[in-house]
Amino acid sequence: MAAPSASPGRRAWRRFRRNRLGFWSLLLFCTLVVLSLAAELVSNDRPLLVRYQGQLYFPVLVSYPEKVFGGDFDTATDYHDPFIRQRLREGGNWAIFAPNPYGPKTINYFAREPNPSRPTADNLLGTDDRGRDLLAQLIYGFRVSVLFALALTLTGVLLGVITGAIQGFFGGKTDLAFQRFIEIWGSMPELYLLIIFSAVFAPSVSLLLVLLSLFGWMGLSDYVRAEFLRNRQMDYVRAARAMGLSNGQIIWRHVLPNSLTPVVTFLPFRMSAAILALTSLDFLGLGVPPGTPSLGELLSQGKNSIDAWWISLSTFVVLVGTLLLLTFMGDALRDALDPRKADR
Amino acid sequence: MSSPLLEARRLTVSFGDQTVVKGIDFEIGQGEKLALVGESGSGKTVTALSLLGLAQGASTAGQALLRLPESEPQDLMALSERQLLALRGSQVAMIFQEPMTALNPLFSIGDQIAEVLQLKQGLTRAEAWQAAIDCLAQTGIAEPERRARSFAHQLSGGQRQRAMIAMALACQPRLLLADEPTTALDVSLRGQILELLSRLQQKNSMAVLLITHDLNLVRRFADRVAVMERGRIVEHGPVARVFSQPEHAYTRQLLASRPERAVADAAPAPAWLQAQEVSVRYRVRRAGVRGWFKPGSFLAVDRASLSIAPGCTLGVVGESGSGKSTLALALLGLQPFEGQVMLGQQSWSERAAGNKALRRQVQVVFQDPFSSLSPRMTVEEIVGEGLAVHHPSMEAQERRETVLQTLADVGLTEAQFPGLLQRYPHEFSGGQRQRIAIARALVVEPQLLVLDEPTSALDVTVQKQVLSLLVRLQRERRLSYLLITHDVQVIQAMAHEVMVMKDGRVVERGPALQVLAHPSHPYTRMLVESADVSGLAAAG
Repeated sequence: MAAPSASPGRRAWRRFRRNRLGFWSLLLFCTLVVLSLAAELVSNDRPLLVRYQGQLYFPVLVSYPEKVFGGDFDTATDYHDPFIRQRLREGGNWAIFAPNPYGPKTINYFAREPNPSRPTADNLLGTDDRGRDLLAQLIYGFRVSVLFALALTLTGVLLGVITGAIQGFFGGKTDLAFQRFIEIWGSMPELYLLIIFSAVFAPSVSLLLVLLSLFGWMGLSDYVRAEFLRNRQMDYVRAARAMGLSNGQIIWRHVLPNSLTPVVTFLPFRMSAAILALTSLDFLGLGVPPGTPSLGELLSQGKNSIDAWWISLSTFVVLVGTLLLLTFMGDALRDALDPRKADR
Repeated sequence: MSSPLLEARRLTVSFGDQTVVKGIDFEIGQGEKLALVGESGSGKTVTALSLLGLAQGASTAGQALLRLPESEPQDLMALSERQLLALRGSQVAMIFQEPMTALNPLFSIGDQIAEVLQLKQGLTRAEAWQAAIDCLAQTGIAEPERRARSFAHQLSGGQRQRAMIAMALACQPRLLLADEPTTALDVSLRGQILELLSRLQQKNSMAVLLITHDLNLVRRFADRVAVMERGRIVEHGPVARVFSQPEHAYTRQLLASRPERAVADAAPAPAWLQAQEVSVRYRVRRAGVRGWFKPGSFLAVDRASLSIAPGCTLGVVGESGSGKSTLALALLGLQPFEGQVMLGQQSWSERAAGNKALRRQVQVVFQDPFSSLSPRMTVEEIVGEGLAVHHPSMEAQERRETVLQTLADVGLTEAQFPGLLQRYPHEFSGGQRQRIAIARALVVEPQLLVLDEPTSALDVTVQKQVLSLLVRLQRERRLSYLLITHDVQVIQAMAHEVMVMKDGRVVERGPALQVLAHPSHPYTRMLVESADVSGLAAAG
């Protein structure tokens, strides 16, 4: 027998935890996200900590000019420069580098092979066609994808819940008008709009987020609308109305909490759809601005230099792994929230 | 009767590690009518489903021997899916409680019956269609040829149930499993369907296993009765013997659960609620192109007038679709209406904000205890909500005490349920949920309580407890009740005055006992008769 005060949410969480695959996927995914959020500590061309002539420096946080370390210029230090390396090793000086000593934009000028170079001891996964370290690209690309997907999911959920709630709760003419609007809005050619906009405006991640958000809320809105239509005529809503609660209070306290099941169930699937959308747009060259680390751009490189198998293969593994984790989580979540599943 | 048609030995059904039917024995002779009686959750429906291998996800044990005339006895529990398939429909048929969901909405009634005949008896399509029409004619449906082409939604509830029966009996099965065949129907139809079943049962000399919670039905229909409690058969015998000399305590409790009249005499007082000529119209879409431009209207309540004094109960009785629930919604101010309603000295205003004071005075308890409590709120939030709305200045501590006090008034205490306030509705049974719903209404100390079928979804024994709770509360608080029900027994137990509604009109009104004893309108007479007057007379 469960503790007497288990809310439906907590019971769902308990059922979710019982699904081993989904639960471990969640743990692994969260770990990966946290690691990628701290990507600067994992993969960086600047050392984490430098001791030079008795003084401590934090190149991760602060950009030091070359002169500090005995160089000739006022420009930012290139810590891969053999001269600087030499200075940092002399005397009592030392430097701690990140596990993967490359940033997303660092070009390895000292590779032994022409770019793209195959996996070596220097570049664990090889380099891309501009000589950038592939592992660093993947770590930062993963971070961009996940953050973008989170943001897109958030805006999509907000818009979807709000519009669905308005349609479902008020029904009638409001619903009718909104439905027609959605039909018109949904029939706009999204891809063409993206191409046109990316030609008119300078491409940026936030522009992409806004454009995709504008079209990403409709599917969810339909589900929320259906839930609201069902729940608003439940007896507890009528009782609340007889009690004298206002529409706002009824929506917020009674209908909304009981209508969020499809929203929660769809979260992981929406995230994987968002990641996939960003990747495809990048693949087509319509996505994030050039120079931003991105999985789609790597895939496109892989397509262009088909001999460089390490590019396509590792990107493919990262992408499929991410989407699989999200799908496992989604499956587990769907089972956990399924009202037909017995809960004990 | 040589050997029984069906003989169940130690029949056990379990879902996962939960055993629902715990080794029951029963037998049904050729052409015999056995009733399986019990409250919800006693395992009676699962028993019937498992006989046909239809209980999904269940594991069964024990034996159920079916002895057909020209063949060896077969153990239904040991048959393969294929062998069961051959039996279903042709030798053992089933009818379900809710004919609307048991009939396929996309096929006409005739097609569905013909399909059974084509599959089971190998008739050609034309022959099967003709036979289907004959089957429908047997069940007394008017114009069977036209009805055979109708779809489920085009038929009335009674016609649908007749069509279901026609379908089940198409191949003249030896055994019919009838799962609550009349529960979803209006009282006036129940008698007719029961008669039909009796007649067809005799004609085909078919055995019937009737599953029901309704003791009246058993008394009228069955030869023998088996009483089930929590997966066990506790008593078993001829109907007359079990009803006159029940042996098991549970049977006695079931038989005694007919609600008794215990209402307080109402002191004469000026009416608190006065409604004059209340009409409610719904807009409906008219058929065809014209409907796009000009909506039609449907008169759900036609000029109903009523008044209720403090401490009094007005019972409104009628069948589904008679407009009684719509009338209640109108009086609650949740449904636009025409006419005059005075509650105390006030009436509903157009603006929601103007109604707040009046909302406190009029509260409601709904029928279904499962949909009337939000599953994501704790008991404290549910019951305390009214206080938060109407007494926003009340301190949290005081509010909690008021909630606890009200819950105690309806018979729910922390001693019984530790951590009562923090519990969620799913942890309570139907009767307890209904008590929470009553507490939610009472916490704001209303003057009028609208009870919309407050006990229809509850088991008979629980029904009796809830009714006596309502009577006690009325006596203590001088509450006015507007009691909406289809059940004449509930009216008999609770109401001071009664109002009979049919098709939106009030057809009869008056003091409850007088109307029930000497109904003047033919419709009222029919209602009272189908509710088994003999029992009423004994209780009254």
